[in-house]
Amino acid sequence: MYAQEVKSTGKGVLSLEEMDPVERAFQEKVNAGVKIEPKDWMPEGYRKTLIRQISQHAHSEIVGQLPEGNWITRAPTLERKAILIAKVQDEAGHGLYLYCAAETLGVSRDQMTEQLLSGKAKYSSIFNYPTLTWADIGAIGWLVDGAAIMNQVPLQRCSFGPYSRAMIRVCKEESFHQRQGYDIMMKLCAGTLDQKAMAQDALDRWWWPSLMMFGPSDAQSVHSAQSLAWKIKQDTNDELRQKFVDQTVPQAKYLGLSVPDPDLKWNEEKGGHDFGEVDWEEFFQVVSGNGPCNADRMAARRKAWSDGEWFRDALMAHAEKHSADKVAAE
Amino acid sequence: MSNEWPLWEVFIRGQHGMSHRHVGSLHAPDSEMAINNARDVYTRRNEGVSIWVVKAGDITASAPGEKGPLFEPANSKVYRHPTFFDIPDDVGRM
Amino acid sequence: MADNPTVEFALRMGDNCLVLGQNVSAWCGHAPVLEEDIALANVALDLIGQTRMWLGLAGELEGKGRSADDLAFLRDVREFRNCLLVEQPNSDFGQTLMRQFLFDAWHHPMLKMLSGAADARVAEIAEKSVKEAAYHLDRSTDLIIRLGDGSDESHHRMQGALDRLWRYSGELMAADAIDEAVVGPGLGDIEAQYKDYTSKVFGEATLTIPEAAFMQKGGKVGLHTEALGHMLADMQFLQRSYPGAQW
Repeated sequence: MYAQEVKSTGKGVLSLEEMDPVERAFQEKVNAGVKIEPKDWMPEGYRKTLIRQISQHAHSEIVGQLPEGNWITRAPTLERKAILIAKVQDEAGHGLYLYCAAETLGVSRDQMTEQLLSGKAKYSSIFNYPTLTWADIGAIGWLVDGAAIMNQVPLQRCSFGPYSRAMIRVCKEESFHQRQGYDIMMKLCAGTLDQKAMAQDALDRWWWPSLMMFGPSDAQSVHSAQSLAWKIKQDTNDELRQKFVDQTVPQAKYLGLSVPDPDLKWNEEKGGHDFGEVDWEEFFQVVSGNGPCNADRMAARRKAWSDGEWFRDALMAHAEKHSADKVAAE
Repeated sequence: MSNEWPLWEVFIRGQHGMSHRHVGSLHAPDSEMAINNARDVYTRRNEGVSIWVVKAGDITASAPGEKGPLFEPANSKVYRHPTFFDIPDDVGRM
Repeated sequence: MADNPTVEFALRMGDNCLVLGQNVSAWCGHAPVLEEDIALANVALDLIGQTRMWLGLAGELEGKGRSADDLAFLRDVREFRNCLLVEQPNSDFGQTLMRQFLFDAWHHPMLKMLSGAADARVAEIAEKSVKEAAYHLDRSTDLIIRLGDGSDESHHRMQGALDRLWRYSGELMAADAIDEAVVGPGLGDIEAQYKDYTSKVFGEATLTIPEAAFMQKGGKVGLHTEALGHMLADMQFLQRSYPGAQW
């Protein structure tokens, strides 16, 4: 998802009996649904995993501004423009809430930014794909935000208090994001032939990258079990992916669009869809920096950061100068 | 050189008479800008009518180890909670 | 209805908001710090909202069935009525903020005065917009002072921005018969307020207003700088490429 590549400690999950008393008390709290707060004792692995997960999530929001921001100046009506600005602004806000949640664990926002800009920290693979047409803005809202919401709703119950609270706020604010995307798609599908073709093309390009958002299959992931035990994660990647497919397929049908997967069919027995295998080779390439837009996204963020340095420093300089004035006057 | 803006905790009182409530944090060079930024970041949906900001470093928090002594005495004063008293249904709403 | 001065006036107000809002919105995702990114988006949102009201009124009074969107997306550069200041490119963040301040310092008193305009519909839009403009002015004033009186570099950048942009401030105050017809006799007060306010703020910001600057003008009659054509090519692309489509 927004933290597809989070590595937790590879020790394997300990049973309560194997834990020392402090860790057992911690795990029992988690099991009982008591929130862990920043100053509480926590296993080092829990802290590290959370820092990585929350900061990846935050980075994803920040980089996620770029593909949609790409269409703000070209939005086709004044209302669409306003909605898109509000949505991209929300993403900045969500990045901010998440950075603050991570900061409670003892890492600064500047450190996290540095990790993102140096390429050390990851962000969601989805934002390394280009937004070529206006329909991509619809597809992102519908599919990408749809997938994100699916992931974020259970995260509201995450065991770490600040993360859980940030997610509650994010989910509340994001409720309109998916709808605005679907609304764009409905308008295009009810429009001219060109517009409908634009919508189909966007679905064709965004479908598989959206399924990749949930991360590799749990069978390949050694980290899921520990994160589930710590309640940093509530559902497995495959469960969420299945849920997403089942929810989205009828929505595509309503639009009169076809999902670009020849293996997609309803499986009565499991009460869900069977679908084709994601191209994981592509996923790993994109995550490791070789997606179509990785270089552009990073260049844009680095430019914003370095071009803004004088501004940040100057405001600090002013504040320091004037707090000195105040002290002198007292 | 790290010249990061300090972290501020933001408290907002909404329109319905409730007390100021912690809503989150942000960075700002000083308290006035923290107020401005809080207005932009945390009241995008008309959430607030009054904003407080406090430098995060200026907050003294109870240590987690003291949780027992600080809060457990209150647990024994169950009569402070309305559910402690059984009122017959016939009495009506109270 | 071309002789209705309110049509032309509403186009001027609306185009100012549209062109400035469009420029400001391009910062989304690229501002120097997250808090500023969010704040600027609020300004852009306010301006686009005001655009819809002004251009909506212009279209209605014009009586040719043109909507606010038609006016925004289907007019060419010579038909735009915004002042030259707002179409100046974003350039660095200092220029963006200086442009905002020079505009806000005019926009706020203008809207305040228009709240009492004879035309009730003009007064209504002004009434709705004036609080937003007051906040924009507070923010841009605060930042101009901080950055002018911040570091050596920020002082230098802000002075450079003022030197470059001041020449576009005169047009805001250069009233013609249309402005007089809609705003009334108080126009001179706006100019006096602008001079007082900006010199006070620049004094506090330790910035110097360029002496004897030659004031540029032309926007009100559709004589623009080259930047506007590029902005329109970008902004109007979809509406132009797919004529008649609904979005």
